[in-house]
Amino acid sequence: MTAIVQVQKLHKTYGATVAVEDISFEVQEGEIFGMVGPNGAGKTTTIECLEGLRKPDGGTVRVLGVDPQREGQNLCLRVGMQLQQSNLPDRMRVWEALDLYASFYPKAVDWKELLVELGLEEKRNTPFAKLSGGQKQRLFIALALLPDPQLVFLDELTTGLDPQARRAIWDLVREVRGRGKTVLLTTHFMEEAERLCDRIAILDHGKIVALDTPASLIQGLGAEERVVFNVDRPLPAGFEKDFSSPVRLDVQGEQVVIHSKNGRDVPLVSEVVTLLSEKHIQFRDLRTEQPNLEDVFLSLTGREMRA
Amino acid sequence: MFNTKSLTKMVWMEAKLFLREPVSAFFTLVFPLLMLFIFGSIFSNKPVPGMGDSQGVIDNLIPALTAMVIGMTGLMPITITLATYRENGILRRLRTTPVSPLVVMAAQLVVVFTMTTLGVLLLAAAGKLFYHVRFVGNIFSILGGFTLSSLSFFGIGFILAGVMPSARSAQIVAMVLLYPMLILSGAAWPRELMPNAVSKLSSFLPLTYVVNLLRGLWGGESWGHHLLDVGVLAGVLVLGVIISMKTFRWE
Ligand SMILES: Nc1ncnc2c1ncn2[C@@H]1O[C@H](COP(=O)(O)OP(=O)(O)OP(=O)(O)O)[C@@H](O)[C@H]1O
Ligand SMILES: [Mg+2]
Repeated sequence: MTAIVQVQKLHKTYGATVAVEDISFEVQEGEIFGMVGPNGAGKTTTIECLEGLRKPDGGTVRVLGVDPQREGQNLCLRVGMQLQQSNLPDRMRVWEALDLYASFYPKAVDWKELLVELGLEEKRNTPFAKLSGGQKQRLFIALALLPDPQLVFLDELTTGLDPQARRAIWDLVREVRGRGKTVLLTTHFMEEAERLCDRIAILDHGKIVALDTPASLIQGLGAEERVVFNVDRPLPAGFEKDFSSPVRLDVQGEQVVIHSKNGRDVPLVSEVVTLLSEKHIQFRDLRTEQPNLEDVFLSLTGREMRA
Repeated sequence: MFNTKSLTKMVWMEAKLFLREPVSAFFTLVFPLLMLFIFGSIFSNKPVPGMGDSQGVIDNLIPALTAMVIGMTGLMPITITLATYRENGILRRLRTTPVSPLVVMAAQLVVVFTMTTLGVLLLAAAGKLFYHVRFVGNIFSILGGFTLSSLSFFGIGFILAGVMPSARSAQIVAMVLLYPMLILSGAAWPRELMPNAVSKLSSFLPLTYVVNLLRGLWGGESWGHHLLDVGVLAGVLVLGVIISMKTFRWE
């Protein structure tokens, strides 16, 4: 595998704000690489430095082997970009946008095929302003794919979409990767990163706090599994002491959460149920929660990641 | 990258968008006709002794209304469109493609200039048809004068588009510049009838030179009579091109 994007000690400040603080990573050919982090973590700043839209204050950036600041013109023929903030004129119709943007590239793909592939065929005559959020995003993906790029940047592709539209966009992104393209995307949604990305960089305050596959991140960072249930009467004192290996108890009103490290000998859930019935404690709505990237973020930063 | 395929598509697209935007289409194509009919119903087009050789009110009105259209289309549509495109991130999206800013600007120019020409041709045709206006100038001469004036005003429009921080401020400044010009330049009523001080003030307004030049050429005067007008308008044009190239911003 070869690195399609190389970032070394990228640094960017706005006045007194350090938006990106010396971050380094590589994106390999053919992968879906995700940058995840809360608002203001520096995702857009990083991706727009890679796109050549912002000028880094320090560090080196290579995209497809070239410096985006110097060879931006050359790069935009080979890279597809979807920006967090951009627009088309309200009265421009879907087909017109594709037709116009296709004329900018010497070797654009057939936009009529893209229209069908992205499920926009029915909307071909709809003005941009009348599209739904998901349809607008599809159109922006279509525009990004026009130059038949090797690499696609997608910044906050699914923000503001309902879960169903979000899943449909995930399928599209997988499809894009299936055609041999590399994808670099950003998101606030841990679930999205976990389901969609091959590798993830977790950003916080302009730094990468972790970078790995979703599975390794969840396994490796001492994340916890949980059992959650509701009780009508408070649990007896010292309930947590009877477990075979240490657990932590979190009681909020009726809801009880029992946390435990991954990889116990006895599954946490069966031990909880056994103990509850031995002690004749009434409970309802019992469920288990597998550790996910939200937990990884929490354990890395001590804060909840709020989308 | 500046290529003709992009330019053609962009021109075609912007032309459609222009016509879909009722306000600018109205002011360019319909408004001059309305003015003509309003004035036409008040005045007849009998020759008026004080107004040059056998010229009537409507004869004089055509070049004046043309100047008015030039002022309006030069300052408003391009300025507002480009400022809105920048504010809404439409230019931002274009910036990620190989398209050159020159294509973006040239498309605006071609479209609005064509629409302006169309508006003025409609005006002249209606004048001829309904009021039998007398035209004693040279057709190429008047077309040349119109083109120079119009381009010169687009130059001002592009400067505003580049300098103004938002679409709202661009619109307000364009109007603040436009209204005094319409009133004081002689486009709305003859400068000869203005008090001396006001008439002096009007020599600072570019539209005054448009009115002078077009009235003269329309009435059959030669370009030699209007070197000052041509000089001022050409100067504004060159300045407009230079400044707008320097101030163009994608965001
Ligand atoms: N043009 C700018 N001028 C000044 N400060 C900026 C600018 N762009 C970003 N910042 C600041 O830099 C930091 C990082 O912003 P950035 O947009 O990269 O974050 P992000 O991770 O993309 O956030 P979000 O999830 O909200 O999109 C923030 O503190 C932001 O306020
Ligand atoms: Mg962002």
